[in-house]
Amino acid sequence: MHHPTLAGVRPEASFASTVANGRRCAMRRCGLIAGLGFLWAPILLLAGYAFSADRIPFQWGGLSLRWFGALAANDRLIEAAWLSLRVAAGAASLATLLGGLAGWALVRGGAFRGRAAFGALAGAPLVLPEVVTGLSLLLLFVALAGATGWPAERGATTVLLAHATLGTAYVAVVVQARLAGQAREMEEAAAALGAAPPIAFLTVTLPLMAPALVAGWLLAFTLSLDDVVVASFVSGPAGTTLPIYLFSRIRVGLTPEINALGVVILGVAGLALGAAAWALRPRRG
Amino acid sequence: MAPGEFLALLGGSGSGKSTLLRLVAGFEMPDAGRVLLDGADLAPLPPHRRPVGMVFQGYALFPHLTVFDNVAYGLRRDGAARAEIARRVAEALALVGLERLDRRRPHQLSGGQRQRVALVRALVRRPRVMLLDEPLAALDAGLRERTGLELRAIQRATGAAFVMVTHDQAEALALADRVAVLDQGRLAQLGTPVALYERPATRFVAGFLGAANVLEGRAAGGVIACAAAGCTLRPAETPPEGPVATALRPERIRVLPPGAAAPAENGLAGTVTERAFRGESWLLVVRAGGGQALRVVLPAGAAPPAAQTPVALAWDAASVVVLAG
Amino acid sequence: MCRALILAPPLLWLALFVAAPLAILGAIALSEPAAGIPPFASPLAWDGGWPRWQGTLASLAALVEDPLYAEAALRALRVAAVTGALCLAIAYPMALCIARARPERRPLLLLLVLLPFWTGFLLRMSAWIGLLRDEGWINGVLQGLGLTQAPLPLLYSEAALMLGMVHSYLPFAVLPLFATLSRLDPALEEAAAALGARPAMAFWTVTLPLSLPGAAAGFLLAFIPAAGEFVIPELLGPPEAQLIGRVLWAEFFQNRDWPLAAALALALLAVLVLPILLFQRLEVRR
Repeated sequence: MHHPTLAGVRPEASFASTVANGRRCAMRRCGLIAGLGFLWAPILLLAGYAFSADRIPFQWGGLSLRWFGALAANDRLIEAAWLSLRVAAGAASLATLLGGLAGWALVRGGAFRGRAAFGALAGAPLVLPEVVTGLSLLLLFVALAGATGWPAERGATTVLLAHATLGTAYVAVVVQARLAGQAREMEEAAAALGAAPPIAFLTVTLPLMAPALVAGWLLAFTLSLDDVVVASFVSGPAGTTLPIYLFSRIRVGLTPEINALGVVILGVAGLALGAAAWALRPRRG
Repeated sequence: MAPGEFLALLGGSGSGKSTLLRLVAGFEMPDAGRVLLDGADLAPLPPHRRPVGMVFQGYALFPHLTVFDNVAYGLRRDGAARAEIARRVAEALALVGLERLDRRRPHQLSGGQRQRVALVRALVRRPRVMLLDEPLAALDAGLRERTGLELRAIQRATGAAFVMVTHDQAEALALADRVAVLDQGRLAQLGTPVALYERPATRFVAGFLGAANVLEGRAAGGVIACAAAGCTLRPAETPPEGPVATALRPERIRVLPPGAAAPAENGLAGTVTERAFRGESWLLVVRAGGGQALRVVLPAGAAPPAAQTPVALAWDAASVVVLAG
Repeated sequence: MCRALILAPPLLWLALFVAAPLAILGAIALSEPAAGIPPFASPLAWDGGWPRWQGTLASLAALVEDPLYAEAALRALRVAAVTGALCLAIAYPMALCIARARPERRPLLLLLVLLPFWTGFLLRMSAWIGLLRDEGWINGVLQGLGLTQAPLPLLYSEAALMLGMVHSYLPFAVLPLFATLSRLDPALEEAAAALGARPAMAFWTVTLPLSLPGAAAGFLLAFIPAAGEFVIPELLGPPEAQLIGRVLWAEFFQNRDWPLAAALALALLAVLVLPILLFQRLEVRR
């Protein structure tokens, strides 16, 4: 065997760069591009036609911003959107508090009695079908009203409570994933450096959890903004959230205003995800 | 490389030793140069068609397959008959004493057992060349020597050519017929372990194998004046005129009895700055008159001078190796 | 002490808003429909301080007697299974490509998969309606190219239903597959190649079997919500696609038969209990 000089070999060359693999990688790349195309095509078309002047959605009638104007003038939609934003912010904040506590207890609480049942309860809203969650929560509110007189009327408050419950499950999962593996050692290090448990929690655990809490809040917030089914069950006449309003409109027929709303939501979602990525960005060290 | 030879590729991290192995296996493509096996260029062959076996650093045993199926994997790809597969896998496992563990999964094995499964998995296809990437690195220190000797015995028994990549010089010297020392992607020296140790060609090889003292100086008329060490060297063979570097093995340096003067050539006077007991030997660090620190190794039975005492050193002309680069 | 204080709020919350509603759901399923608000009679009545059973198994029996409900459940399971399988088939090459991409590129690619999920579910559905309906974009392109004379009835079809389902649940299938595939040691496929396996064989015998847990989790993450889905069949599916979620919705909102709706919810849970337990086992094993 002859010894080739290695000077010509790129040191960063990896398995993925070999010739035999190159062909397969191109095939996989086609799969990824096709999949992303499938995911994005309807959204991009929707966004593009939002700038069309035509009265019929998805029909090109020249560049125009008229549907954004119509969107801004649609009082019922603005009202529903404003209600949804308030409900989502409240539900996400409540969910972050409860889910943060639940996630911390599941990772750091040790083996307390009923831990398995607690974990199952915290995870249940993730796997229950929406119609089941919605119906069961409505029946709870009806039973509560019958027994205690509260809630006298279903609306924004009941939607907020339902969404906070869903969000708690999601936040608990995100916090658990973040704390798993490192929380105990860090808290012990803080204790060894003279921090009493509450101080250790405030100075070490909470900063450790912070990115997960931010991501969990955003997740719960978008979940609440997107939910039709649960909100339809637990809401009342005074609680028309944006998805409930949109669902009733889309069932009747499309309008280009909805496309314009899509552009607005796409922009806001992009900003929110950017914020989440920034909060969860890998730190040096 | 000869058939049935055991070659070690020795180098530090980033020296290109693993890349060279992956080049032979076909996982990397050379930008220039060729990989030849029996005169045939391997370049057009994808990895799965090359007549080479490979043992990966982490062994890369298939976690979803039993020991038997791991070893049989290559034979199945070759399209061997069921009965022949059973026979050859049984033989291969018997070779390393694992015949009773054939139903186990990799995670149910010890580190040494995994290493042996990875070895026979590659060997069972009877490759002409076996490539081993740090085959002993994942084992405990105690297991490493024994497993290394087993590896050597298996290599002799099968007659396959072995190419082993390692960063451990003791491993390379103990197991290989020939050792190739790699320095930043280039071959620094190729030779038998004894030749490499006794006659290192370059500063890098001298320093990497056995941590020799490297003395720099200027040669004139057969002697080398060494200012940093404050001594004059007379090698057995006449050095070329001009600046040269020489290697002096720590265990080839003698400590003269107290009160004796250092010889004018091949000797120096200095002060012991550090003294460490290493079990089978003592390590002394001696600061020479010119300021350079020299490593001196004495057998454990000797009575070494205490730290901070003056000492005279001497060595034979044959111990002074003139380096090429 | 400190721990109990931390544990109490989420535990009480979950007991009130997760455990209690499911218990009430079970109780209502056993109650008699009645005129009034709420439209049912509690299964337990109080007679001078003593509880008296006045519940009925009629709603649960109706589920068995009327073949409409069994058909709706089976149809929902079939649609969910096809959704899961299609999601898996599309997600696998995507996840594989992202897992094998350079590490610094992976977050961006994952973001591209997840961002559609954040753009509003109803807006994505309305985009599909706009694309699929008779005067929609796809029919316009087909007629413009002269491929069809009259618009094809794309909307309100099984195909439209599946498109909407797969589009909604595809990101759920990509994530667990990516997590599993990116943890696989690349040396395993190299080892297979060094043992004589062609790339396709190395994939088939090594990568595919080792990614099965991730594939199962991805399938279930699409299957479980799809089985109870209401909005997508309502907006895109054919009227006869009476999936169990849609039947439950109709019994509740149109027929105001709360006990029957609760019984249907119990039936849906019973059907999904095995997939859910399987999914949680897969999650724990990670």
